Amino acid sequence: MARLHSRLSARQRVLAILPPYVWLVLISLVPFLLVVKISFSEMEFGIPPYTPLAEFEEGVLRLTLSLRGYMMLLSDSLYVATYLNSLKMAAITTVCCILIGYPLAYCIARSNPRTRNFLLFAVVLPFWTSLLLRVYAWMGILRNDGLLNNVLMALGIIDSPLEIYRTDLAVYIGLVYAYLPFFILPLYAHLVKLDERLLEAAYDLGARPWRAFLSVTLPLSRNGVIAGAMLVFIPTVGEYVIPELLGGANTLMIGRIMWTEFFNNTDWPMAAAVTCVMVLLLLVPLALFQYSGVRELEERR
Amino acid sequence: MTVKRGNGLRIVVLVLGFAFLYIPIISLVVYSFNASSLVTVWGGFSLKWYKALLNDNVLLSAAWLSLRIAALTATASVAIGTWAGYVLARMGRFRGFSLYVAMISAPLVVPEVVLGISMLLLFVEMGNMFGWPAGRGAFTIWAGHVMFCTAYVVVIVQSRLRELDRSLEEAAMDLGATPLRVFFSITLPIISPALLAAWLLAFTLSLDDVVIAAFLSGPGSTTLPLEVFSRVRLGLKPEVNALATILIGLVAVGMLIARMVQNRIERAQPRDGH
Repeated sequence: MARLHSRLSARQRVLAILPPYVWLVLISLVPFLLVVKISFSEMEFGIPPYTPLAEFEEGVLRLTLSLRGYMMLLSDSLYVATYLNSLKMAAITTVCCILIGYPLAYCIARSNPRTRNFLLFAVVLPFWTSLLLRVYAWMGILRNDGLLNNVLMALGIIDSPLEIYRTDLAVYIGLVYAYLPFFILPLYAHLVKLDERLLEAAYDLGARPWRAFLSVTLPLSRNGVIAGAMLVFIPTVGEYVIPELLGGANTLMIGRIMWTEFFNNTDWPMAAAVTCVMVLLLLVPLALFQYSGVRELEERR
Repeated sequence: MTVKRGNGLRIVVLVLGFAFLYIPIISLVVYSFNASSLVTVWGGFSLKWYKALLNDNVLLSAAWLSLRIAALTATASVAIGTWAGYVLARMGRFRGFSLYVAMISAPLVVPEVVLGISMLLLFVEMGNMFGWPAGRGAFTIWAGHVMFCTAYVVVIVQSRLRELDRSLEEAAMDLGATPLRVFFSITLPIISPALLAAWLLAFTLSLDDVVIAAFLSGPGSTTLPLEVFSRVRLGLKPEVNALATILIGLVAVGMLIARMVQNRIERAQPRDGH
């Protein structure tokens, strides 16, 4: 039997594809191009607070491309340090999610089907409650007079409270906590599909569990790890809420800088330039994510 | 079977992992019943923060605004996302397919600040050119939320469509039904549980968003997350714990009901094959 799309007339196909396509271009491509455009304009007091790029006056078309934002990004070492620090924090968060999430996803996928469904439900459940409120919960746990320090001091493990709240460590804890489910879900989907007979064959051939894991399970779940890692890494680079609530004043993250430029300094062109460079830095991971997504679609075809 | 080895280790991993995921949530709930106004010191059981919450008109009106935006967002996202997901799953490869996939999946990964500023600039430029939308407010927040929630709806819809048995749709076409008719009387009813799940997810995401709403809100359109965020960045607020407990309770009850209904449906009808 022929596939549905091959039975539609060319006109019907266009009618089906075009409206969502146009909508997506308008709502996702055009806005980003506007960010690029405004990153080249000058700041101005007014509404909107930036100058137009092209002006038509007395028969003369004047195009002004301001590189102020980009020059500042390159010359001020604070911006460079912030970008590098954001990438570092995102990378460490991703590694932590892999180290915690892989064993967890593996144990869930290896449980019997009933337990497995229940455990997966339990991983997803926190995702349905507000992230903002869950990050707020960590404030209560990590503060000097918070739950963690109270418990540790009551147990006599420490004498004076650990300084975690408002440090980078607190931000790492918050980031790993918030993004762990995003890593576990795609990885789980790969692990649960894994044919157990392959593992049994490896054992029959005398492989030890570790060896079987390294040469069978790990390579077969590679795409899941990549997809999950990108789902953690990319949004973490630009994260704002978590470093703002858990980090200290010197926790440099690019999302915070961009926020300050936009809301506190009302420097929209600068905020746009910061955004453009952030996206530029994320192009490789974004392409990786996109590639794994398209491949996934094609494999299932 | 050798695969069963290391059961003890498995349980340790699961217990530690789930403790990490659930201790923050449990601590929120426990401290919401704390009589002491120092959030971290236990001063006995009390419901006073719930009473304070009921009298907090700012928080309540923000919650009401957020609920309305979330419901409208979810409805619009499901309508648009179903169409976009159907195209992705059923229309084969077409020109510009990669760009289509990229545009759909971008909001899933791109940092929220990027989405926020780009939507804002879209509305500002539109306002300049066409005089509409004139300012920022509930409408622009809604539009921004539809943009990013649609991406999640598409993921759910297209994965459901892919595991669906196509022979029903094809049989209907063989019997002479028009494509539109097939979609509305065969496809849509079958995927409706997935659409409900997508609606709930979009609702939840909209109800939780701080960053995009911050860029798109105007005077008088403070949503619940914006209000909560501006309070908690100054420190711990016990009335926020009470609010969190109510929300967590609602989500838990809702999810349990959804799961029970789903189990019942699955038991009543055999799974569709491939």
